[in-house]
Amino acid sequence: MEKRVFFKGWWLPALLVAPQLLISFVFFFYPSGQAIWNSLFLPDPFGLKTEFVGLDNFRFLLSDPYYLASFKTTIIFSTAVSVSSMALGLYLAALADRLIKGAGVYQTLLIWPYAIAPAIAGVLWLFMFNGNIGLASYYLKALGYEWNHTLKGDQAMFLVILASSWGRISYNFLFFLAGLQAIPKSIIEAAAIDGASFWKRFGTIVIPLLSPITFFLLVVNIVYAFFDTFGVIHTITSGGPEQSTTILVYKVFSDGFVSQDLGSSAAQSVILLVLVGILTVIQFKYIERKVHY
Amino acid sequence: MKTIKAIIASLALFAMFAGTSAQAKVEIQWWHAFGGRLGELLDEQVNKFNASQNKYTVVHTRKGNYSETLNAGIAAFRAGQHPNILMVFEVGTASLMAAKGAYVPMYQLMKDAGQRFNPNGFVSAVSGYYTTTDGKMLSMPYNSSTPVLWVNKDLMKKAGLDPEMDLSTWKRVGNALDAAKAKGIDMPFCTCWHSWVHLENFSAYHNIPFATKSNGFAGLDTELAFNSPVHIKHIQTLGKWAQEGKFKYMGRRNEAGKNFRAGECMLMTESSAGYAGIKKEAKFEFGIRHLPYYGATEAPQNTIIGGSSLWALSGKSKEENKGTAAFLAFLSKTDIQAKWHQDTGYLGVTTAAAKATKKSGFYKSNPGTDLAGIQMMRNKVTQNSKGLRLGSFDQIRGIIDEEMEGVYNGTKTAQVALDSAVKRGNVLLRRFERANK
Repeated sequence: MEKRVFFKGWWLPALLVAPQLLISFVFFFYPSGQAIWNSLFLPDPFGLKTEFVGLDNFRFLLSDPYYLASFKTTIIFSTAVSVSSMALGLYLAALADRLIKGAGVYQTLLIWPYAIAPAIAGVLWLFMFNGNIGLASYYLKALGYEWNHTLKGDQAMFLVILASSWGRISYNFLFFLAGLQAIPKSIIEAAAIDGASFWKRFGTIVIPLLSPITFFLLVVNIVYAFFDTFGVIHTITSGGPEQSTTILVYKVFSDGFVSQDLGSSAAQSVILLVLVGILTVIQFKYIERKVHY
Repeated sequence: MKTIKAIIASLALFAMFAGTSAQAKVEIQWWHAFGGRLGELLDEQVNKFNASQNKYTVVHTRKGNYSETLNAGIAAFRAGQHPNILMVFEVGTASLMAAKGAYVPMYQLMKDAGQRFNPNGFVSAVSGYYTTTDGKMLSMPYNSSTPVLWVNKDLMKKAGLDPEMDLSTWKRVGNALDAAKAKGIDMPFCTCWHSWVHLENFSAYHNIPFATKSNGFAGLDTELAFNSPVHIKHIQTLGKWAQEGKFKYMGRRNEAGKNFRAGECMLMTESSAGYAGIKKEAKFEFGIRHLPYYGATEAPQNTIIGGSSLWALSGKSKEENKGTAAFLAFLSKTDIQAKWHQDTGYLGVTTAAAKATKKSGFYKSNPGTDLAGIQMMRNKVTQNSKGLRLGSFDQIRGIIDEEMEGVYNGTKTAQVALDSAVKRGNVLLRRFERANK
């Protein structure tokens, strides 16, 4: 029988959960409610008059081919950022874990990029690939490759993925390293004595034991790619060329704050809210089952 | 210890004086979009006004680029924290005009303040942009420019061309670019502000509509019309030049200016207000020419303006509005306008300023600086060359930029791109019409 604790009365539990409830209300329920409410209206930018339009904002959005394209862009972008930064993070962590001398120095240097804000990271990469003064674009040109991410969508996409993944590798590295170090050496040694090769050990022991951390990182990285990469995209491409790097959250910003179409922007927020909800359910319901704790 | 006391005492004393002076003077807030050299010149104007009288203090704040300034102003208005004066670029004009109640119309502001103000003193090509169809001026023209062709004469010589050759038509420009490419010049042509130069001004200059209903002046039910054969011909030509490496795309705003000033680009279409930067940085001989056009059309008609005007936002006290009126009247004075025109390459927006500049011999010692004014005022304006008044226009320009990028990188023909831009833009115009009925 499970042991349970019961509080007498209701005010103490209520008091204890009150701060959390208050924070959830102020920072989540209230703004979400506002977004849902606003998505049903078509206001003018100055807020002088507004008109109830029902679901017209959603109809307007779903008939816009660029909005639908933005879903595809978001999927490509988030997958590329999550997979590349996690794979490289794991690779570097596996290398750093085997280091005997100077491990601290390597680890510190590898974690460093994480301290750089996305917008700054964006500007750094932009400088390197700038068509006028960029070092990278200069060398590419010398090799005969024409670099112009202001005009070529695939190059722009590559650049924002690069800049977004870069700082993220450090973060993933840090968690994978901690995960690797938490694996008892005795298990690996026992497997080695039984004749398992490095790759066999890595595939059958290390990866399964890392799965809780991998799962955690997957969730965090996707959320990062969805929302926190705003700064990178804003500084490097502003969503262009031809909206080829306009991910959903950037479109919320550009339609709401650049174009002052607050009705459409609110409707997009609602769609994004539902989407993230669905993603989270999928992740916890299907992927978490495969995770060994 | 003693020094600390002294510092505190002096600080307190300073605060007291600062406090009394702030009480005595009415503070006028002005949000604008000018940094760099233009910001310095703007600051100079404000200081001159503050020193010229003791009733008002104008405080100016830079809020980012044009779009960011407009958005900051709108957001602040919703929150009731807006400034007295907001700088709005020409693209945002229709949005403000439609927001009746958000601003005090200029004629009203001046009348209420008892300020002597003559709207007819402004160049009509400029003031027409900010005036209602029944002749009421709503905002105050501040900086206005028009696109011209900038020539790097040193690169022209390198290309084996006569730097004074005729570049009045796009055909001649095309021949010059061919010669430049053959001589291995890396960037024969570049441009800033694609939609503004190559569609908006292009339409006015060729006397063809950019949009129906007199480009939106005659009603919110306007529709875009920049997919005519002449428009398509021009954009297709630019696309072809881009494919052949004669035209290099550097970005949507004025990024290409950097390449021109660095001496990389031979011919550039850019605002006449590029003058301040080019004069300061160019280490080569440069020239200014009229914007080219196509033969066998109605060109050259006249070009239209870009730039900003100042709006007096509503909800301020009578006393503050008086100060706003006094400051705006001060800005339209001839000596202030003439100096601004000569320093920046923006047009002299009052006829008196243009005359004073001519008299001072400025145009003679700085050849080409008068071209922008001539180009704008060369003919009586038509329905197609008065300017544009379209809602959500910042967003529509974004759409146009996107579609034109498709032409430059070779994925779309000009016909497909312009048809698509018109279609997508019209959706936004209908949405704007609906929100502002």
